[in-house]
Amino acid sequence: MSPVLSGVLQLTALVAALALVYRPLGDYMARVYSSEKHLRVEKWIYRSIGADPDAEMRWPAYLRGVLAFSFVGVLFLYLLQRIQGILPDSVSLGFTAISPDQAFNTAASFVANTNWQSYSGEQAMGHAVQTLGLAVQNFVSAAVGIAVAVALVRGFARSRTGELGNFWADLVRGTVRVLIPISVVGALVLVACGAIQNFAGIHEIGRLTGGTQQVNGGAVASQEVIKELGTNGGGYFNANSSHPFENPNAFTNLFEIFLILVIPFALTRTFGKLVGNVKQGYAILATMGVIWLGFTALMMWTEFAGHGAALEAAGGAMEGKEQRFGVGASAIFGVATTLTSTGAVDSFHSSFTGFGGGITLLGMMLGEIAPGGVGSGLYGMLVMAIIAVFIAGLMVGRTPEYLGKKIGTREIKLAACYILITPTLVLGFTALSMALSGPPESMLNTAANSVDGSGAHGFSEVLYAFTSGANNNGSAFGGLNANTPWYNTTIGLAMLLGRFLPMVFVLALAGSLAEQKPVPETAGTLRTEKPLFAGLLVGAILIITGLTYFPALALGPMAEGLS
Amino acid sequence: MSTTTPVRTAPGETEESNSPGSEEHGRVSGGLFDPAQLVKSLPDAFRKLDPRVMVKSPVMFVVLIGSVVTTLLAVKDPGDWFGWAITVWLWLTVLFANLAEAVAEGRGKAQADTLRKAKTDTVARRLNGGVEESVPGTELRVGDLVVCEAGDIIPGDGDVVEGVASVDESAITGESAPVIRESGGDRSAVTGGTKVLSDRIVVKIMTKPGETFIDRMINLVEGAARQKTPNEIALNILLASLTIVFLLAVVTLQPFAIYAGAEQSMIVLAALVVCLIPTTIGALLSAIGIAGMDRLVQRNVLAMSGRAVEAAGDISTLLLDKTGTITYGNRQAAEFVPVKGTTAAEVADAAQLSSLADETPEGRSIVVLAKEKYGLRERHEGELVGAEWVPFTAQTRMSGVDVDGRKVRKGATGSVVAWVEERGGRVAEDTQKLTEEISQAGGTPLLVALEDDKGARVLGVIHLKDVVKEGMRERFDELRRMGIKTVMITGDNPLTAKAIAEEAGVDDFLAEATPEDKMALIKREQAGGKLVAMTGDGTNDAPALAQADVGVAMNTGTSAAKEAGNMVDLDSNPTKLIEIVEIGKQLLITRGALTTFSIANDVAKYFAIIPAMFAVVYPGLDKLNIMGLASPESAILSAVVFNALVIVALVPLALKGVRYRPMSADSMLRRNLTVYGLGGLIAPFIGIKIIDLLISLIPGIG
Repeated sequence: MSPVLSGVLQLTALVAALALVYRPLGDYMARVYSSEKHLRVEKWIYRSIGADPDAEMRWPAYLRGVLAFSFVGVLFLYLLQRIQGILPDSVSLGFTAISPDQAFNTAASFVANTNWQSYSGEQAMGHAVQTLGLAVQNFVSAAVGIAVAVALVRGFARSRTGELGNFWADLVRGTVRVLIPISVVGALVLVACGAIQNFAGIHEIGRLTGGTQQVNGGAVASQEVIKELGTNGGGYFNANSSHPFENPNAFTNLFEIFLILVIPFALTRTFGKLVGNVKQGYAILATMGVIWLGFTALMMWTEFAGHGAALEAAGGAMEGKEQRFGVGASAIFGVATTLTSTGAVDSFHSSFTGFGGGITLLGMMLGEIAPGGVGSGLYGMLVMAIIAVFIAGLMVGRTPEYLGKKIGTREIKLAACYILITPTLVLGFTALSMALSGPPESMLNTAANSVDGSGAHGFSEVLYAFTSGANNNGSAFGGLNANTPWYNTTIGLAMLLGRFLPMVFVLALAGSLAEQKPVPETAGTLRTEKPLFAGLLVGAILIITGLTYFPALALGPMAEGLS
Repeated sequence: MSTTTPVRTAPGETEESNSPGSEEHGRVSGGLFDPAQLVKSLPDAFRKLDPRVMVKSPVMFVVLIGSVVTTLLAVKDPGDWFGWAITVWLWLTVLFANLAEAVAEGRGKAQADTLRKAKTDTVARRLNGGVEESVPGTELRVGDLVVCEAGDIIPGDGDVVEGVASVDESAITGESAPVIRESGGDRSAVTGGTKVLSDRIVVKIMTKPGETFIDRMINLVEGAARQKTPNEIALNILLASLTIVFLLAVVTLQPFAIYAGAEQSMIVLAALVVCLIPTTIGALLSAIGIAGMDRLVQRNVLAMSGRAVEAAGDISTLLLDKTGTITYGNRQAAEFVPVKGTTAAEVADAAQLSSLADETPEGRSIVVLAKEKYGLRERHEGELVGAEWVPFTAQTRMSGVDVDGRKVRKGATGSVVAWVEERGGRVAEDTQKLTEEISQAGGTPLLVALEDDKGARVLGVIHLKDVVKEGMRERFDELRRMGIKTVMITGDNPLTAKAIAEEAGVDDFLAEATPEDKMALIKREQAGGKLVAMTGDGTNDAPALAQADVGVAMNTGTSAAKEAGNMVDLDSNPTKLIEIVEIGKQLLITRGALTTFSIANDVAKYFAIIPAMFAVVYPGLDKLNIMGLASPESAILSAVVFNALVIVALVPLALKGVRYRPMSADSMLRRNLTVYGLGGLIAPFIGIKIIDLLISLIPGIG
């Protein structure tokens, strides 16, 4: 079978699998977030944290819950890494405490659902940090994202109230009823296919070529599944999903892509159910789907169409890609991981063709909304829908409205603030890094030592790092040594601000929408469930977010890709 | 509800008579755009360069700063033609934006000047304890009583409390025919600046000097009182945030460029910023708003706030008075129905005979129908020698004529039946059935009876009905397609109301309506999130006018009504409500279309400027130069020139408003997206290429 055909078939299987679970999972999540009952284990959790899960919260209260919970998470994770040196060897594997700037970076990274890793898992983190710290955040940071998205959806669905539900209930339900059950099943599948799951120590094994190599055990499969399902992306091992213990074969590779995409896509169904019109959900799904498929097709095209004899002999750009997966599967994975906030990698984005690298960059720059991170993809897309409705909605001769809610001054102010945050962080920090004398030295591919004698690739490395951080992706382009105080601190800040500032505006927006009375739909209303609107939304996303980064992209991947 | 029904015009006529620019039915036009206005408004455009004025439009303020910066740089390096060229075109961009606003305002200024003439200082004859004293008009206070006699200018807004007079209101309405103003009732309001033509009235002043209707009108048409509307503010916020995003993209570009070894001059960066930020809509936004108000003024409607114009676009329920808006206001004969044994022609003949002396509109309509349908020539009273006319009285409730031994009567069913039976005549057995049928259809039956040598007998029934204006059904169908529900308000009984509602094609009706019913209906609709528009003129309409989202008061109405509404129709034509809604929609569409156009433009500008900036260091980027522009300088200059010229090119569109036809939201979006979205994407590629071709012809550049 030709590599191209294999890639297309894998993509087809993936779409079929996603389509199969779309409705049941979406409907199930809608029930989870609107049910009045509490499970016994949930009641126990509420009692232990002293929360009343039935108390309705207005947006400031909901936001306080999000911020307080996340702040405690950062603090706990930071301290856990700092005390690693005094933990018993059985749980620390003998690793020492993590340095303050890296500990801050890692804590921020996992709480912000980013999982940017400036450390090597197998050389720095013991069982305690991996399992109690990182894996727990993989679950709860994802649940926080879904909770905020559900709060925004409630803002659309409810009227004449400011109440958005209860943060603690949404957080606990997301974890207990959605993430954990799927993870258990997923982990079993991964283990069955060869991923490891143990608490073994470090094995020293002889290498075929002589010398020895250290191999870690660990609770890998359980962390792997939530890494993908919660669009986290932080690998147990440095090599992430290209490591055979994490991602043993082509099937697990496809399964992991499925896990990455399943919740973000299904949430559009949940959204449709909760606002009482599944067609509205389909329109959002279509928008996400068009961008995702378009990006995947482009990626496959550019990766398979590599120039030069070596690439043709290999059947595409194979540098930095696993033989087990090949070009097609790596392309699908690369697009899925950067169009969501996952950032797991099964191949090295730095080694993609110039355009391929650009596609991964652009995917993140669009704000990771197609389908995006768990929760964050949906609320990001809904904010873009508000912007699109505002601009184009006027063209039907009415002041703009979306899902029966008027988009007035307050709403547009909040949406505008939302879309300002990430470009400011990405471009601001990248510009600072380029302007200062120290940070550019971290690049592997500077003008002096790169193949084509231009610094375009090195610039892409820095741009990618901040794009990945501020958009909470967490994947690394590779090549950049980011474990310096400068990058640890600035990327850490970019991750925290890029995660929580947008949430402030999203929740404020939700509160403002929930207070409105609904506008009835008439023949004069803009039909936001029609293909025309989905097309318009795709255009607005590409033009508004895409154009923001055009100059930067021109000097990085485009300069490289067009040369 | 008022009983006065001012001059009516059919909807079609109104459009033609009031809007010289209207080409076809259904299109809302905005008057002609005269290029000479551009020249006339130039001094104003320069005056608006004041930074304190400019800062109100964040987008154009950034362009102003860019112009100042490039000017300084150009002065520092006076030999650089490119710097000067960019500088000049950036200033032109700012100037064009100001020009657009100045032109929009200029159209109102002329109208304001006419109004000012009416507002000459008047001397008021104030009544002080029954004694008349002369005081300047400006010293009048609310509650003062003033006397006005023939030839006097009424010194302030108020209500007539004594007397009746004919008043020339042409200063405000432009209508030269005098109107009657009398104490009490719904025709008591008088406006300062209008002239009493006959008789004597005593007016109670209701507004403070400086806040009169005419003062407000001057402020409105001049745009002095113009405040940004909610949607305009929201759009400004979005534009400001896009400006920040693009500023950020350009400011951070310099470190990237330095790293790439292609440091850019400030002039190029300023040019890039100006090209990227949404200058087109930023420049035209306030002109669009002013022009929207102006389109209303041209139709003799004064909107007291821009908010009301915007709300008009959102209206989902229209309350329309039956009388005068939907029907002509008078019952007219529609049919002659014979009873068994007679023919329609016989009925027509008798009906015409009995109505010859009847000067009521109903009577006239019977004669007209007989002529049109049965070819009966109108006989004049003089032709019938010895005819004895029986006039209508409240007692007999019949009218008719005795001539040549024949007695013809027409009138209310009961009276005519009694008259026939009194004379021992015969009432055909189907009479009752026929009259009931007419009543049920919403009409009014009049019986026609004849007494001659064959005895007294009922001949037939005249079917009188409210005649719905032509084209109303189509108009309501259009409104329905636009998603607007029409509700007919009438004092008629439910049966009659239902029949007329069905004939006119309105969605709903409110029969036997009291002001309280109307208020309740508005509140009910609003509770469901709908925006309601209505017209009214009586004092008892005032609460409902105030409650409605768009309340259009008739100029003939009371001052209470005018005070309560947020629009005043100087023509007092209730049908205009439909046009007001269309103008509101057109205003919003124009805003959205130009915003979309403006943002879509950016794509082409990137393709022009980015290769020009960086192809030196990354030759591969020259592949982005898909327009094949001649040189980096001409590429950047062309983009800037296009950016400036497109503002001027779109001024007429901003002032006239984009083409608007009533259609569903879906087809409207499809159409406007194609024209302004796709068009906005493609147009600059062509425009920039053409400008580049011209620029590259200049020696020493290409």
